[in-house]
Amino acid sequence: MTTTAGGGKNELTEMAWDPITRIVGSLGIYTKIDFKAKRVAECHSTSSIFRGYSIFMKGKDPRDAHFITSRICGICGDNHATCSVYAQNMAYGVRPPPLGEWILNLGEAAEYMFDHNIFQENLVGVDFCERMVAETNPGVLEQANSTAAPHAAEHGYRTIGDIMRSLNPLEGEFYREALQVSRSTREMFCLMEGRHVHPSTLYPGGVGTVATVQLFTDYLTRLMRYVEFMKRVVPMHDDLFDFFYEALPGYEEVGRRRVLLGCWGSFNNPEYCDFTYRNMADWGRKMFVTPGIVVDGKLITNSLVDINLGIRILLGHSFYEDWEDQEMFVTRDELGNPVDRRHPWNQHTIPRPAKRDFDDKYSWTMSPRWFDGKDHLPLDTGGGPIARLWATALAGLVDIGYVKSTGHSVEINLPRTVSRPEVTFEWKIPVDKKGQPLSNAIERDRARTYFQAYAAACALYFVEQGLAEIRAGRTKTWEPFNVPMDADSCGFTEAVRGVLSHHMVIRDGKIANYHPQPPPPGERSVRDSYGTPGPYEDAVQNTPIFEENSPENFKGIDIMRAVRSFDPCLPCGVHMYLGGGKVLKTAHSPTGVPLAT
Amino acid sequence: MTQEEPVVHILWMNGGLGCDGDSVALTAATQPSIEEIVLGALPGLPKVAVHWPLIDFECGPEQGADTFIEWWHKADRGELDPFVLVVEGSIPNEAIKSEGYWCGFGNNPATGQPMTTSEWLDRLAPKATAILAVGTCATYGGIHAMAGNPTGAMGVPDYLGWDWKSKAGLPIVCVPGCPTHPDNLSETILYLLYQVAGAAPMIPLDEALRPRWLFDATVHEGCDRAGYYEQGQFASAYDSPKCLVKLGCWGPVVKCNVPKRGWINGVGGCPNVGGICIACTMPGFPDKFMPFMDEPPGARVSSAASGMYGSVIRTLRTFTAKTADKEPKWRTKGSELLTGYQKTW
Repeated sequence: MTTTAGGGKNELTEMAWDPITRIVGSLGIYTKIDFKAKRVAECHSTSSIFRGYSIFMKGKDPRDAHFITSRICGICGDNHATCSVYAQNMAYGVRPPPLGEWILNLGEAAEYMFDHNIFQENLVGVDFCERMVAETNPGVLEQANSTAAPHAAEHGYRTIGDIMRSLNPLEGEFYREALQVSRSTREMFCLMEGRHVHPSTLYPGGVGTVATVQLFTDYLTRLMRYVEFMKRVVPMHDDLFDFFYEALPGYEEVGRRRVLLGCWGSFNNPEYCDFTYRNMADWGRKMFVTPGIVVDGKLITNSLVDINLGIRILLGHSFYEDWEDQEMFVTRDELGNPVDRRHPWNQHTIPRPAKRDFDDKYSWTMSPRWFDGKDHLPLDTGGGPIARLWATALAGLVDIGYVKSTGHSVEINLPRTVSRPEVTFEWKIPVDKKGQPLSNAIERDRARTYFQAYAAACALYFVEQGLAEIRAGRTKTWEPFNVPMDADSCGFTEAVRGVLSHHMVIRDGKIANYHPQPPPPGERSVRDSYGTPGPYEDAVQNTPIFEENSPENFKGIDIMRAVRSFDPCLPCGVHMYLGGGKVLKTAHSPTGVPLAT
Repeated sequence: MTQEEPVVHILWMNGGLGCDGDSVALTAATQPSIEEIVLGALPGLPKVAVHWPLIDFECGPEQGADTFIEWWHKADRGELDPFVLVVEGSIPNEAIKSEGYWCGFGNNPATGQPMTTSEWLDRLAPKATAILAVGTCATYGGIHAMAGNPTGAMGVPDYLGWDWKSKAGLPIVCVPGCPTHPDNLSETILYLLYQVAGAAPMIPLDEALRPRWLFDATVHEGCDRAGYYEQGQFASAYDSPKCLVKLGCWGPVVKCNVPKRGWINGVGGCPNVGGICIACTMPGFPDKFMPFMDEPPGARVSSAASGMYGSVIRTLRTFTAKTADKEPKWRTKGSELLTGYQKTW
């Protein structure tokens, strides 16, 4: 299935980026570009690391699981540790004291505030900075310099060009300020979880953090400075992103893909969350970021039990052997529902290293899909925020004052800060000019900024709840537990970049099976056994090219914006396949030699 | 390259078996910060060009403008001098299988296959002025070199040899930690840059190739809960503010300055803020300290006798510390996989 955008016999030019910079991990992107039609005709990508967590965790003490799995990722390791602690709580039947849960929520909120901030401003932002736009679209920069920023009064930048200059790496004033903010937010994180990025104070049963008034004061003062910062950042990014639609008509199509979003929910509510499987659908709906699957703009389910049972791991073109003939660990869940052989509880990781051959096996990533009873859906998370806001908005369940879900949008209410009055932001479900639901590069990036404000607003609520516990003298943060001889359990949360689940099977008091499913492998997954391509394919393939450079000076900025909008963090998984197309066997052409289709 | 002033290039390779946590840690550093190093904001610093995947501006395609990987090929062709090679992630053993790769960084132009991390090491090590291994994976193998691992992962010194010296006479410099403490890393980079510029003498390293001024003292010696230890007050629950040694804390034998330095700008840490020390800076990590939440052997003796005469305690600890400071024997080169995992290929 070789796809050519312009049809007919347009010449395709091979272009490869390997490794791509300004993401976490090493990722390579291989494309064929139709420069005449200004379109990406084919695209696939690779990243090549195998570590074998599910293998070396076998036989280990289950209480070691969160210490080990944190090391899966160096920017969101704490999300793994959190998810693992959730899965352990279920297995050990322990419910942490509420204060322990508020502290964990505050740590995770700080992680979102930090991680989205550094990625947006210091990694993605560079794609929109003056230096980059000058090199890729000089005409657009000229227009930016003469375009007044609609929200100049809120953020202080007179023109769009001024915003772009402030994003220049290291020299840009806002770039450096954001880097500093990434540090103060990590201080907030360390107040609650000890260390960034692999936390020291998380345990099954709660946290070791010593809860005092001072702990919360130290956190809250930093948080309010962040709130003040976000009051500038949200309107600034709105101005910048809206300008791109205006300056480059058709930019809606860059990185666009069908709306197929998944969110596994974040921030448990200790009043309801008892970590039992049988009540999981109920306490899942009480999370402060609502879980949900959104297809073509419609909410399919927000039950964590449905979400759990629908997960399928397919192999496709990856360097693994199948496990059809291996042991089934869990055939029915606690509620009596049948559990599929391809569910993570029954997954086996059996590596078979081989040469990279795009016609055969070429990847260390499997293909996670969500089975709706009919199809194996290749969900994406859009880098996390767009799926979280969309699922939360549609469900209409969250209403805590600082944030409120309306059924079609999410309101974020930020209180007065040192130099700014109270402000309400509203994230609305994005639609294109024809009113169709829109999931594209710009909207993924925009949602990231709004979710930073959402996380800060949630943290304000968590601080109030935690302080109320301390003032009432309920300072316990950890509950003792025993490790059972046998258990099957799962944990669900939102890693910064989206859906995260950990599935554990304990036999004879040891880990018999442990499979984490982080978001990135799903997004950059290989074409699966049913031939369904991975999520990035739709998003990058057919992306229009707006860059003004000739092939010799081509930087591929529109492709990079599309790829980075997914916040592709690589350490979790490995190998991404973007293209459905036939892959060229030819080695890389040195300077963009045109290749006939 | 037309610059007058000599430039020290820093080539950052994150293609090992790691998590990029050390790259991320460097963005947290403030003493000094990465922008202060890159912008030359400290007196006497040589001009540096950092080629670092995490935040590099350059992102062009191999066939177009601003290709990032080209710097590695330049170094390989001997066109970059001097350069410091930074390695993040452990080095898998690519020799235990007949084909394929465990990890790669860019491509080998000759084969079109991924260039493995070990091949980059083979090519670049002889040309580097210094090699800096960052994080416990790159220094000693770390989590990915755990018993039962399929890849035969090891640290850079296991791969190149513990006695390896650069062409400038520098041993491999190791900054362990999982991840590395942000300022420990940026400060070591700073020291090396001063040394390369001729402004500082040979970096003082201990037997595990760690900078001495950062890793001489133990966690316990810098822990503000050591007073409880001295008073015989031990936590029996993880949310207690007392000494955690009976709940799995290895602080008394672990070389690390985190409780004293805090994690970031003095905030956070491990046992000082309620997290047991799991010994993540140590060559024996993680195997010799698991299960992490069990009381360390020897803790019972020494904590029961915390009233005992200090020198006896120190002797007992030296014994445990020596074991903890050694890697498990399977982290080594060769065509055999010795981790206990039964190969499936």
